[in-house]
Amino acid sequence: MSVYLDHAATTPMFDVAIDAMNSALRKLGNPSSLHTEGRSTRKDVEDAREKIAQAVGCLASEVIFTGSGTEADNAAIKGLFWHSDKKVILVSSIEHHAVLDPAQWLAEHEGAELIQIPVNTDGVIDLDFVKKTVAERGSELALISVMHSNNETGVIQPIADIVKIAGDIPVHCDAVQSFTKVPLSFKDLGLFAMTISGHKVGGPLGIGALILRRAVEIPALLHGGGQERDIRSGTLNAPSIVAFASAVEAKLYDAKKIAALRDSFEAGVLAARPDAVINGKSAPRLPGISNITFPGTQSDSLLLLMDSEKVSCSTGAACTAGVHRPSHVLMAMGLTDVVSQSSLRFSFGTTNTEADVAYALSVLPTVIERGLAANAVGKK
Amino acid sequence: MKIIAAMSGGVDSAVAAARAVEAGHEVIGVHLALSSNPQKYRSGARGCCTIEDSHDARRAADVIGIPFYIWDMADEFHEGVVENFMSEYKAGRTPNPCLRCNEKIKFAAVLDRAKAMGFDGVVTGHYARTRETDAGRTLHRAVDPLKDQSYVLAVLNREQINGAIFPLGDTEKVDIRKEAEARGLAVAQKPDSHDICFVPSGDNAGWLRDRMGSEVGPIVDQDGNKLGEHKGAYTYTIGQRKGLGLTVPTADGSPRFVLKIEPISNTVVVGAREDLAVTSMRGERPIFCGPEVGAAPLRGFVQVRAHGAALDCTYYMDNDQLVAELDQPLLGLATGQAMVIYDGDRVVGSATICETA
Repeated sequence: MSVYLDHAATTPMFDVAIDAMNSALRKLGNPSSLHTEGRSTRKDVEDAREKIAQAVGCLASEVIFTGSGTEADNAAIKGLFWHSDKKVILVSSIEHHAVLDPAQWLAEHEGAELIQIPVNTDGVIDLDFVKKTVAERGSELALISVMHSNNETGVIQPIADIVKIAGDIPVHCDAVQSFTKVPLSFKDLGLFAMTISGHKVGGPLGIGALILRRAVEIPALLHGGGQERDIRSGTLNAPSIVAFASAVEAKLYDAKKIAALRDSFEAGVLAARPDAVINGKSAPRLPGISNITFPGTQSDSLLLLMDSEKVSCSTGAACTAGVHRPSHVLMAMGLTDVVSQSSLRFSFGTTNTEADVAYALSVLPTVIERGLAANAVGKK
Repeated sequence: MKIIAAMSGGVDSAVAAARAVEAGHEVIGVHLALSSNPQKYRSGARGCCTIEDSHDARRAADVIGIPFYIWDMADEFHEGVVENFMSEYKAGRTPNPCLRCNEKIKFAAVLDRAKAMGFDGVVTGHYARTRETDAGRTLHRAVDPLKDQSYVLAVLNREQINGAIFPLGDTEKVDIRKEAEARGLAVAQKPDSHDICFVPSGDNAGWLRDRMGSEVGPIVDQDGNKLGEHKGAYTYTIGQRKGLGLTVPTADGSPRFVLKIEPISNTVVVGAREDLAVTSMRGERPIFCGPEVGAAPLRGFVQVRAHGAALDCTYYMDNDQLVAELDQPLLGLATGQAMVIYDGDRVVGSATICETA
């Protein structure tokens, strides 16, 4: 038996999305061409755009397709910064690197000042800090970016409150993990910009979207044919767009079932290892993500051992060389670097069953024992 | 057996891992990240801890069809190998960091961790052989004399050797490259790595100067007469002739050589070639790869450099020091180097040279 518990990294494509993609791949026509084939593909793309807009709660014209969530985050952070004559960027300290790194890059290369919003021990951002910063530096703020939910802990952030505090300051929200998992509306939240991604929701890899408020013109990252509102150039990836929309339209994510699997897994973990700590447990969380600290272990050893037992999970975030580094998210929540390197992320998705949970729990005690032993020799 | 294959990203460790799989072991590939700030690319034949190398290792593991992980051993490597390298030079000795890495990292930190995690041992691409004998497993030279790495493995004790598998010792390097090619391993023609992996420039003296400063001190003859100045005693090695920059010539015009480095007085002592001659050496921290050596003198060979000659000698233990008496004098031997004793092609053991005469 093998059990996949890394759905936050990527989740299987839904059959409907695979079928839609297959038909689209067999279809000829550049959506920007003016002839019959082009128009036909264009219709598919625009149908897809409308479906996604409906699910996002935005206008179809507010959907800008990109090559990934990372590209959408970069386009938003850099674009909104360049669009503004202000220099301060306010982001949460637990953002994905797709937001943190462009913000840091702007600070290093474009004269931006980067302010990071702290989080409490449950991983929820400090709204008072946001209020204070907006009150004191509001006239200098180019943008605010806070993720809808965190990719490592699943903790959901108070976006509506941030938008309220921000007033006229543009707010971007990376909603890659939340989209289709929890109720979410671009319009109701009053956002300026938002990021979503195909492969986290049963769609294909290599497709994402920047949702950007209508009639806002931000400078482009990619220049060329100007296909997407002149903000993103490049031939539209029609098969992936169509499949992305099919996955979203199918509404196959059963949040209740997945939350129940996660809860039963967490209960089992705590029964087996009473010293385990579920990070962010008292905050509102996504249904499918569980981040657990196993004191006295090292997560890369645990991952290897879980993998040997055919259970796929994650250490949270990997870096370029594949060397595990302490998670900036857990560190921001007040964990020490040692403790944050003792944590694993298990993420559940539509394909998981109770049997998966039972199997993962059955191998866990030995894995933790060996992980503890491996860490103990390291300390010798 | 369940074993960890230490994969550097080079051709040898890739073939070793593939052979271990073929021998029926359950193998998991592990690349050791030894630098906390790795360089992106290899430069020529130097370095073994770049991101490019870790990609090569991963690709090899994927082609072989084994799981692959990266273990961060940067702290252990820094403490156990790099800091020791500096402190040894500071103390006027000439260390061999590759031995130290085998002793402290590859067959200690990695092997211990592997065992704790339920593995039986570690397979590496070192060129050496082991044999099962009545006295237990013993360590031997590889068949390829140009590649033989038994010298740098002579710091392993019996327990470590029992946890080690060296599948390449019976094959010549040229054939390993052919085998890698046949196995579809892209690293088949990757250059061998030389020198010290954490000194990518290859300039040991410059590397040491950058980290330890360059305190000027006297260069003197054996009578204490000052002949010149040096820029940091630790950048000199015993037997060195070039780059001394001496202003006072010898009476007969014969060259001078570094005889001694005195770290406390920061003095480099030079003298004539014949003064470099050594006929006996003593080593501390002896480690025996097989049966232990006692006080009774035995005949064998001693080797003092990774690819140096095996010199005829008589060896024995004197209290806790290993002594080797040479049949023929050897020119230029630094303390800090490893003396490795061989009985034929069998590695008897090693010690760190602390005294020469």
